[in-house]
Amino acid sequence: MLELFITFFKIGALTFGGGYAMIPLMEKEIVAQGWLTQAQFLDIVAIAEMTPGPIAINSATFIGYQHGGILGAAAATFGVVAPSIIIMVIFSHLLARLKASKYSIALKGVGVGVAAMIAAAVFGLIKPAITNFADLAIAVAALTLAITTKLSPIVIILGAGLAGVVLYGLVL
Amino acid sequence: MQVLWQIFTSFFKIGAFTIGGGYAMLPVMQRDLVDRLGWLDEQEFLETIAVTQSAPGAIAVNTAILIGKRMAGLPGVAAGALGVVLPSFIIILGIAIFFQNFLDWQPAIHFFAGVRPAVVALIAHVAWKMGRKLITGRFYLALFFAALAIIILVPGLHPVWIILSSGMATVFWTASHRQAAEEGE
Repeated sequence: MLELFITFFKIGALTFGGGYAMIPLMEKEIVAQGWLTQAQFLDIVAIAEMTPGPIAINSATFIGYQHGGILGAAAATFGVVAPSIIIMVIFSHLLARLKASKYSIALKGVGVGVAAMIAAAVFGLIKPAITNFADLAIAVAALTLAITTKLSPIVIILGAGLAGVVLYGLVL
Repeated sequence: MQVLWQIFTSFFKIGAFTIGGGYAMLPVMQRDLVDRLGWLDEQEFLETIAVTQSAPGAIAVNTAILIGKRMAGLPGVAAGALGVVLPSFIIILGIAIFFQNFLDWQPAIHFFAGVRPAVVALIAHVAWKMGRKLITGRFYLALFFAALAIIILVPGLHPVWIILSSGMATVFWTASHRQAAEEGE
């Protein structure tokens, strides 16, 4: 149990960039512990990608459960979250200090840099996510709804999932 | 107490609808925190993303903690972290206990295959809305395209370099402009 906590604490503390950036370190730690084979690990990544929530949390819960039941799942999940709590509390003080300083204009530029990062991520995501006409139709419909209506993104996401069930399951 | 409940439910929703990890949480987060609750404006929203992806850990978890802290101190941290983690925890436990061959269940695969293109479209929409609000002059437009070009041309570049350099560029630009204006007077 303690081992689960420590391993996932390490993963939470050392993986920068979130999401996919965490996978290589996770693989190294978990396969090295002998908890899973390479193939089992890839299965878990696939499940984590398909289910809602951050990939790190999904993997921690799944692996924790397999090696220590529900308590193991809780220990691993708490382990992966704990470093974030410590680091974010420190960062929030630093952010408040920067905001109060004469360099606060930097934050405006930082915002623009992040907007560019998000735009770049969209370009990167288009190719893997849109591979045929059904995908393209769903993407165009979602964008149109987002721009022209006040529909919540949650409703659009659920609608797209149902469209997927119909288009890929029944029609194609 | 009410604000703690709001933090918890907002991040529960965000945790439940972040499908595909990373930026997939942005559309739901923007709608809830910026449009609905008004806790952040567009500028603060992007600042928050900058901070949360510069630190180790999952971005959604970091964001829940940072916003929770800002809105309600340490109890807010607990409410945000618990909210964002619980949906994953419940769903994955369900799969691990009852549904080991989830990956072979066709309707689930089709559902998530349909979600993926929609999420890309929603992220594009968020980027457009944010960009329009933030790019208020020629300098910021140039900064946006310079950052975009660097990210595309240098694959694998860590976000923290883009964040630091766009912040510093803005400080220098503002300082040199102020100086030029003073000398001109």
